[in-house]
Amino acid sequence: MDNVELLSRIQFAFTVAFHYIYPPLSIGLGVCLVFMEGLYLKTGQKVYEELTRFWVNVFALIFGIGVATGIVMEFEFGTNWAVYSRYVGDIFGSALAAEGIFAFALESGFLGILLFGWNRVSPRVHFLSTVLVALGSMFSALWIVVANSWQQTPAGYRIEGEGMHARAVITDFWAMVFNPSSVDRYLHVLIGAFLSGAFLVISVSAWHLLKGRFTDHARKGMRIGLWVAGIASLLQLFTGHRSADVVTHHQPAKLATMEGHFDKLAPADMYLLGWVDAKTQQTTGLKIPGGLSFLVHGDFTKPIPGLNAFNPQDRPTAINFVFQTYHLMVAIGMTLIALTWFGLFMLYRKKLFDTRWLLILFTGSVLLPQVANQVGWYTAEVGRQPWVVYGLLRTSDALSQAVKAEHVMVSLILFTGVYVMLFLLFLYLLNKKIQHGPYVKVEDPETPPSKFNTIAR
Amino acid sequence: MDSFLGIDLPTWWFLLIGALVSGYGILDGFDLGAGALHLFFRKEQSRRIALNAIGPVWDGNEVWLVIGGGALFAAFPLVYGIILSVLYLPFILLLVAIIFRAISIEFRSKEPMKWWRQFWDISYCLSSTSIALLLGLVLGNLIQGMPLNANHEFTGRLLDFINPYAVLIAVTVLSLFMLHGAMYLAMKTEDRLYARMTILINNTSKFFILCFITASMATLIYVPHMQAIFHNHPVLFVLPLTAVLIVLNIRQSIEKRRYLRGFISSSVTIALMLVLFAMGLYPNLVLSNTDPAGHISIYEAASTNKSLRIMLLFAGIGMPLVLTYTVFVFWTFRGKVKPDEISY
Repeated sequence: MDNVELLSRIQFAFTVAFHYIYPPLSIGLGVCLVFMEGLYLKTGQKVYEELTRFWVNVFALIFGIGVATGIVMEFEFGTNWAVYSRYVGDIFGSALAAEGIFAFALESGFLGILLFGWNRVSPRVHFLSTVLVALGSMFSALWIVVANSWQQTPAGYRIEGEGMHARAVITDFWAMVFNPSSVDRYLHVLIGAFLSGAFLVISVSAWHLLKGRFTDHARKGMRIGLWVAGIASLLQLFTGHRSADVVTHHQPAKLATMEGHFDKLAPADMYLLGWVDAKTQQTTGLKIPGGLSFLVHGDFTKPIPGLNAFNPQDRPTAINFVFQTYHLMVAIGMTLIALTWFGLFMLYRKKLFDTRWLLILFTGSVLLPQVANQVGWYTAEVGRQPWVVYGLLRTSDALSQAVKAEHVMVSLILFTGVYVMLFLLFLYLLNKKIQHGPYVKVEDPETPPSKFNTIAR
Repeated sequence: MDSFLGIDLPTWWFLLIGALVSGYGILDGFDLGAGALHLFFRKEQSRRIALNAIGPVWDGNEVWLVIGGGALFAAFPLVYGIILSVLYLPFILLLVAIIFRAISIEFRSKEPMKWWRQFWDISYCLSSTSIALLLGLVLGNLIQGMPLNANHEFTGRLLDFINPYAVLIAVTVLSLFMLHGAMYLAMKTEDRLYARMTILINNTSKFFILCFITASMATLIYVPHMQAIFHNHPVLFVLPLTAVLIVLNIRQSIEKRRYLRGFISSSVTIALMLVLFAMGLYPNLVLSNTDPAGHISIYEAASTNKSLRIMLLFAGIGMPLVLTYTVFVFWTFRGKVKPDEISY
């Protein structure tokens, strides 16, 4: 791997991983906001309005950073991956253009009303704007995941041209959109985003309950968050299974990497946790012998192609990394089910709000879906290597010819510096908003903090 | 069907991307210009009003850049990769400036401390100015062409993008955005800030006209390929003539303090300049200044007709929707900015 490739991959991985902190939070919060404001319209209770306004403030902060870091992603395809852009443009481009024109314009257009329109439009129009922003963000994710899924399981295309001039061109738009993995992966990503937003609401509500502040708001927020997360965590089990199924059929080398399965054709085990030594081709850990074979074929003894069934240059190199990220994601997924349903059970028993240890647990739990979303994508993207478009275009062939290692070094340093600063400021301001809590009483309008924290942003 | 209404699909996309870039220039142009003028306002209250004048709309304006970039990627992938990778550093700096600008607007009002606000005010002004300059720098390089060989490989050096002509265009774009933004602010403000705006408009308009004349002359002298089309179709000469008349109209509107008319004129100026650029370019998208074989035409760079047709359908459905929300949002927030409604 030469330096340009290494640096470009580091830069892309870093900028996209950083970006991906924010969109799932906005998508998930968007759903919670629809429930909060919907309940306000339905019941007319002031507390729901205050709750909505509070979360709109948090939403604005997250959304703003998501947009700014997202623009970077779009342009990075051209700056660092010019050959890739040319290769996939005919296909990927239409998905990206659809994202911009249908989804992003919708969410960004109505965001202004969501944030600043409280006194300018009627409550119904405001609610409509909230719904449109939430829908826009989900629709955005749809097109991005479609494009990414096409890279995982290309369909509806043919290859035109040869060698360095080859490119994929579209033959069937709907086959491209509904490529074998897009629906399952979209649902998996979307529900992962719901979990991430809902757990932010759960965590902040739990914190306020622990501190005994804004308890009325916190209880209502907790209920909404727990129900969204509870249902989402169960659905995630289903979409996760479906996604794994797609990998089994379309990306066998990735599947073998995820379970550290090397033997050319042997029954494959399923690990709960473990360690892969790629050199000695040994995987050790707690396992269900033949478990993967059972999941795939319903038979513990049926063989599954292992990594050795593939050419060394056609399989991922970071095997233990993919193994670990995959298993961490699964473990967190299971934990979230247990956590949310235990929480809902305690809610039903009317004990939740007084069980301190559980509230403490919930306060910290916000990190779990974040980590799961991140490691899930690491599994998907590192597991796809050495291909950028699976089976068609190698990552090493996709780079910009005009860009030198020192250019990427400069940009990588710039992005690192800016993002570290951005992240610290984000945490500081998020914490400030959370500690401030919902705006309840009318204070002296001359005091700046109240003014800024009440009416949006 | 490889054409629509008698115009071939790559040309449709050339026109559409031109329209998107013009839309972006007109919309984000005024909020970038307002940002570049930000430090001319001394008082905290004035800065807040100025910021809130663009508050609900700047994010929607930026969407046009995202759509324009996406459209270029989708319709002309070859050119997308080449322009962005050849102009690597200006684009990376542009992205960094976009991030800084977004967070400056977002973070400024979150703390009452004077140093905090001063810091984000400076960052907001500098990033807005840098975005305008970098966009102009990119435009300047595209107008004069870049060193590309017959295989469209870049043969120049790292800092070639900084050259006198490109810098001149960069300053011209900045001056136009400043004038455009100043007139927008004049429409959104009243009393003393409005009075301040009238002075700023007067000064920025002089600055712009100076740049406009210099840039026009430099283009006539140093970039002859931009005039080729007028030799072949002299009737098109009416366009640069219109541009001059519109610019004169801006001055006249300013003297009569009719800023809406002035704002519309500066919007038309932005669009006309891009039209002139597009006419000089067509049917190419990227010019090589070392080897004519290095030019990249829209036909060479275009995606397949099938893909272009699908996306034209998207644009046909999507653009009216985008325009509807844009109008709806601007209508919702019409009128002067009232300090008691301030959110930033």
